[in-house]
Amino acid sequence: MIPAAVDYSCPSTVEEAVQALGDEDAKVLAGGQSLIPMLRLRLAAPTLLVDLDRISDLRGVRSDGDHLVIGAMTTHAAVLGDPLVNQYAPLLAQATATVADRQVRHRGTLGGSLAHADPAGDLPAVVVALDASMEVAGPGGRREIAAADFFVDYFTPALEPGEVLVSVRVPKREGWSTHYEKFNRMAQGWALVGVAAAVRRDNGTIAEARIALTNMGSTPVRATAVESALTGADASLEAVRAAAAAAAEGTQPSGDLSASAEYRSHLARVLTERAIMAAVGQAHAA
Amino acid sequence: MTRISLRVDGVRYDDDVEPRTLLVHHLREQLGKVGTVVGCDTSNCGACTVLMSGPDGKPVGVKSCTVLAVQADGRDITTIEGLSGPDNTLHPVQRSFHERHALQCGYCTPGMIMAAVDLLSENPDPTDTEIREGLEGNLCRCTGYQNIVRAVRDAASAIRSGGESAEPAPPTPEAVDAATPDGGLPPDRVPEEAVPHPVP
Repeated sequence: MIPAAVDYSCPSTVEEAVQALGDEDAKVLAGGQSLIPMLRLRLAAPTLLVDLDRISDLRGVRSDGDHLVIGAMTTHAAVLGDPLVNQYAPLLAQATATVADRQVRHRGTLGGSLAHADPAGDLPAVVVALDASMEVAGPGGRREIAAADFFVDYFTPALEPGEVLVSVRVPKREGWSTHYEKFNRMAQGWALVGVAAAVRRDNGTIAEARIALTNMGSTPVRATAVESALTGADASLEAVRAAAAAAAEGTQPSGDLSASAEYRSHLARVLTERAIMAAVGQAHAA
Repeated sequence: MTRISLRVDGVRYDDDVEPRTLLVHHLREQLGKVGTVVGCDTSNCGACTVLMSGPDGKPVGVKSCTVLAVQADGRDITTIEGLSGPDNTLHPVQRSFHERHALQCGYCTPGMIMAAVDLLSENPDPTDTEIREGLEGNLCRCTGYQNIVRAVRDAASAIRSGGESAEPAPPTPEAVDAATPDGGLPPDRVPEEAVPHPVP
């Protein structure tokens, strides 16, 4: 399968990229691990690809006060091996380790995954759980979008025409325990359902919890009922199970060949329990 | 058309390519590197895996059906054809695949070997589980995984204990001479008839 004919531009600054994106049917090319398969199947047929690969400012992780700033073109492999990410946002590393396979993680980027906004992608739920924000550049300058507002619908990020995702700002979280629990049918498969869990404990009880679900709707969703039930609870299996029973509340999962909506709701409850128990260091057999 | 310059198996190639050209098609059809195969064409099977240098210069395994040739401009690429040494001395991973019978039909083998070389460059002493997870991007439909894992384990041990290099072999002078007509020549010295023209 061969993509449709397309023009190519390889700008060296964000400003040049934004300018190139003025072209009506232009599409940003990050690592290409989702876009190139879509081009091959001709599910996407832009007239111009704007490759961000040569914009070196867009790569790497740096510390900025109480936030990490992760360049949109930082590859999954680079995120996984980054000491700042592992110290301040281990949930992101835990979820990134489950993305596709080694080869894809070498090319695929954090920004590309987020801007692709695939409901089955693992990283959107993570940035929602971590309360991250997206810095985007466009013809009107730069602006910041909260992760909770960034995912609008299936494969639809809150990017205006001509805008490009530049970096992801992740609040540093110390003293939190985290885990990403993913269920899929095969190696390198997409998540049928995934759960990103972060909990902060205080003297044995859970003081605060942030839980977000992958593939339980058209966008990542916070399991707010679980979060409230966990607040003030002890980290026992019984308490966590009782809280996790509310995981599917307010979600609108779709059904497909791999899983019905009912099955996804069941998975959300089971995986939420597993994710929280693993986060608090008490992983148990299913 | 976009002009790109790649170093493939130690030899430099300058070519004009259409932006939509996949790296695997460029390698096979333009450069004659048919050792790298197209398996599934859907980014799943990993048969087309090659090593490609990243922005930091470090070679990593990539699926060449999911990289555009234009994205590889300026990068170093190693295919299965660039692994063996002079006089066809096999790379330790190639040899252990042979000795451990880590293939039946052989179609997945080029990608499987390149993915294993990539894995061992990061983890020289992987457990069986780490090997299985490290090769999860490569499918063998003869289901020969058991022997593939054994082969990678053996190769890792040979590389660690035998002082063998896990690096691909440097290109031989013959390889440089045998390159495509414009291989290695500066653009102004490439004869006109050697510049490929697109099929209308």
